Order: sequence, then C-alpha cells, then structure tokens
Amino acid sequence: MVQQYEFKTKGLPYLLVLPQMVIVFVFFFWPSLQGLWQSFFLQDPFGGRLLFVGLDNYTRLFTDPSYGYGESFRISIAFAAAVTLLAMSIALFLATQANKKIRFASFYKTMMIWPYAVATMVAGVLWLFMFNPNVGVIAWFLKHRLGIEWQHLLNTGQAFLLVTLAASWKQISYNFVFFLAGLQSVPNDLIEAAAIDGAGPARRFWKIVFPLLSPTTFYLLVMNLVYGFFETFPIIHQVTAGGPGKSTSILVYKVWRDGVINLDLGGSSAQSVILMVMVMALTVVQFRFIERRVHY
Amino acid sequence: MTEYSPLRRALPHVFLVLAIAVILFPIYIVLIASTRTSSDILSAPMPLTPGTHMAENYSRAVLEGNQNLGSSALSMMKNSLIMALGISVGKIVVSLLAAYAIVFFRFKLRGFCFWSIFVTLMLPVEVRIMPTYKVVSDLGLLNSYAGLILPMIVSATAVFLFRQFFMQVPREIAEASQIDGAGPMQFFWRILLPMTRTPIAAMFVIQFIYGWNQYLWPLLITTKQEYYTILIGINRMLSGADVQIEWQIVMATTLLAMIPPALIVVIMQKQFIAGMTDREK
Repeated sequence: MVQQYEFKTKGLPYLLVLPQMVIVFVFFFWPSLQGLWQSFFLQDPFGGRLLFVGLDNYTRLFTDPSYGYGESFRISIAFAAAVTLLAMSIALFLATQANKKIRFASFYKTMMIWPYAVATMVAGVLWLFMFNPNVGVIAWFLKHRLGIEWQHLLNTGQAFLLVTLAASWKQISYNFVFFLAGLQSVPNDLIEAAAIDGAGPARRFWKIVFPLLSPTTFYLLVMNLVYGFFETFPIIHQVTAGGPGKSTSILVYKVWRDGVINLDLGGSSAQSVILMVMVMALTVVQFRFIERRVHY
Repeated sequence: MTEYSPLRRALPHVFLVLAIAVILFPIYIVLIASTRTSSDILSAPMPLTPGTHMAENYSRAVLEGNQNLGSSALSMMKNSLIMALGISVGKIVVSLLAAYAIVFFRFKLRGFCFWSIFVTLMLPVEVRIMPTYKVVSDLGLLNSYAGLILPMIVSATAVFLFRQFFMQVPREIAEASQIDGAGPMQFFWRILLPMTRTPIAAMFVIQFIYGWNQYLWPLLITTKQEYYTILIGINRMLSGADVQIEWQIVMATTLLAMIPPALIVVIMQKQFIAGMTDREK
C-alpha cells in the first residue's frame, strides 16, 4: 500500500478529538463503569450506605422467580421477534410493489417514507387513542360491531398485540427505505434472463431477488431486533406501563422501573450490565458480517 | 416486468394505497379529534368527519396547554427545537473534528480514540439509565439544556460516516494545500468542509429527527415544566384519569409534535435516504 499523506502537526489532533473524547468518557465510560460497580452492591435508597454483595444482584435476577426477570426476558424475545417479523415482511412486500414501474411510484415512496419521522412515543399515543376502551374509534368498532370487548389494560393478550402493532407500524418505513434501496440495486438483466428462461414472478423473486437482498435483510434483522429490544421503551411506557401485571414489561422497561420507580439500584445496575452485554453481542455480530461483506 | 395484464398492473396500486391508508388512518383520527370538542370525543364513537373547533383547540394547545400541565405547546416545541438542534449540530461538529483527526493525522492515541468511539455504539442510554442520570445529576445538569443535549452528542455513526467520506478524499489535495502554505485548519475550513456538504446534510436530517424524538432521556432529567420537551408534555397530559384528559388538546399537541421532523424528511428526502443507506456500508 502506498504511504498516505498525513499531517505531522503534533498537538492539533489531540485538540480535535478532545471534545468527542471528553463526552465519551464523562457520559459513556464513567457511567457504564459506575453501573458495573454498582451492580455488585446493595444500596439502601435513603441513606446511600453501600453493602458489597458480590454477584448476589445477578443470581437474584435468575433465581428469584418473584423478581420476574426470566419472564421479562421471555416477553422481550417474543415482542422483538413479533415486531421484527411483522415490520420486515410487510415492508419487503410493499417495497417490491413500489419498485415496479408504475405510475405515482414516487408519490407512494414519499408517503411510505415520511412516517420514519414519527417519534416512537407518538406512535404509541396514536395507537393508544384508537384503542382506548372509552374513546377509541377502533375499540368502539370492535365492541359494537364485532362483539369483541377491547380492554388492553386488563387483557394481557390484547396489551401485547397493541404494543406489537404500534411498534411495527412505526418501524415499517425504516425497513421500507432499506429494502427499496436494496431492490433498486438488483440488476435488471438478471431478472429478465430468468424470465426468458421461463421463471414466473414468484420464482424470480425467491430464486434471484431475495438471495441478492440478503445483505440488506440481515442488516435489517439486526437493526429490528435492536429496535424491538431497546428502542421501544416509549411505546411500553406510554401504552401499557408494562401491564397488565407484568405482561408487557420488556427488559428496558424493567430496568427503568426497578431503578427509577422502585429504587432498586443494585438490581437495576445488574440488569443494565446484562443489556450492555446483549448490545455488544449484537454489534459484534453485525460488524463481523459487514466485514465479510466487504470482500464480496 | 414481463407479464402484462390489467390485474397485474392494478394490484401494486391496490396494495400501496391500502398500506398508505393504514399508515395514515391513525393520523387522520388525531387530526379529526383535534378539531372537535371534548364531549364529541367522550361520547364514543367520535364522528369521523372534521369538527369546527380547530382554531380554538390549536390556539389553546399552543398558548396555554392542558389545564393540569402548566406548559404550552409553544414553550415545549421551543425546548424540543433547542434539544434537536443542539444534538444534531453538536454531533456534527464534534464528529467532524474527531473524524478529521483520525483520518488525516498520525498520532499516538489514534487507534485508542477510534475504538473508544466505536464502543459507544454498544452503550445506548437505554442500558445505562441510572448511572448516567447520576453523573448528570452530580454535574448539576438536571433540568437544563446542557443536560438534555450533551450526553446525546456522541455518535459513533456520525464519526464513521465522516471517516468513510474523508478516506475517499484524494490525499494529493491535502499535500498540495500544505505545499501552498496552508495549515491543517485552513485545509479543513477552506477545502474539506465545502466538499463534505452532502454527508453533513444527510447527518443533519437523521440527527435532527433523532434529537426531536428523544423520549427516555428527557423523561429522566426534566422535572420542571419549563424544560419539558413536547413529547414529555404529551405524556404528562395523558397521565391522569381518563375523564380528565382533554383529548382534543392532547391530539392537537400530538399533531404539532409530528410536523417539524416530518417536514424535514419530506423536504430533504434525497439526502435522508442517502444518509440512511450509507450507514449500512
């Protein structure tokens, strides 16, 4: 490799990275280390006396059924999987439709893309309002036309369904943007060649387009799982508050609730550490994959 | 593509129109609710046609807000705007400088800096809620704009995007500017920055939306009404008994909260898509 030209000024680069590094250390590393440290202690919420308890906070998470951590794990996985599956399959289907040479294609694309700007929290409010048992338009329709009593604050299945729908609704446009970009880069001559060889539309999609989309699909799979696990806090907080009971209390909601509301700092910190390990695993998987892709 | 029949040509339109209807329906309902009176909404089902109280509801939402909230949409939108601009501009500035140092300079801690920034990808706020809250509280930044903005400014994605772009800039340009007697900072200002306009615009769209839509962080650190962002305000208006909620005001505020980021996406759609899909690489 040719030696790249680089500036040789001594102090300047340090000055340039300084703001970034200060913020990284003050707001990322320092709190993360404190969280790790905190997770080995029990602190009484009023006096702040620390009591070293070793790994107790962790073992409690996994052995004490009343803590509900395993249950929260199970709910999070079901929720993230449901959102990922729903949001990705709908977005892929719509992207293939919008990618056809049809009239109004650019209008359709704009209409599909802009909901990316809707805040996750607002998505929660929109769905909450439609399904509010007292004033919701859809709740009313379900009750008076279909005979289904909608009570997501009492019915665990309905609560889960509602947060899943709201979270997926919000994520479709994100997936749509990526699938559309992926579809546009599939070479047309490949598809035409297959058509000449007698492959029908379905076969062309599954045998040619879908495999060529696999980098996009994989990237979105990771991003959607991350979204489902970590970024859906606003929907849970706004729509169900983790309830009824703890039936929609996903991991990030539980960290917040145990820390901020129940003031169980040790337990909340131990949960934070576990979540950090999960994000790390997902990030490593993603980058491993992207590195591999570069050598195509 | 190859097969032609009227049905085949109509179907994509049917699916897309249906999908857009599903996407727009909740927003339509919000729009309708924001033009009606409280009793219209409470006497379910609410009529699905626009009412006549739009001006009244919006002016109340913007100037006064809900009765139990003590903050108006105007003041909350101002806070959201300050936060979104602070985060997006701050991120871009800090990331540009860091990416410039990492790509164009050789210094001892370069690898270390790069990896420290990379690791922040793995530490979203959601997973370090309590300790970050404590640090910000120790620094006396609760209920302040600095507290809302600073912890959100680090962005590994922005550093990566700019780094990627800088690495494609021919080094001869840097070398030539040195020979002509320009210092590294002059090169940065006069030559590199103007070349980077497009990625900067793309980053701005994405980060403005990210900043405007922040929820968990302001929820943690704002307890005074004067620092509520619009999303926190909506949450506070909704946290009461059902009968006390003034839905028409809440819905007007919700619609207002959606407008700025949506406008930015629609206006800057091209840069936005480029910026989003570039991150994948």
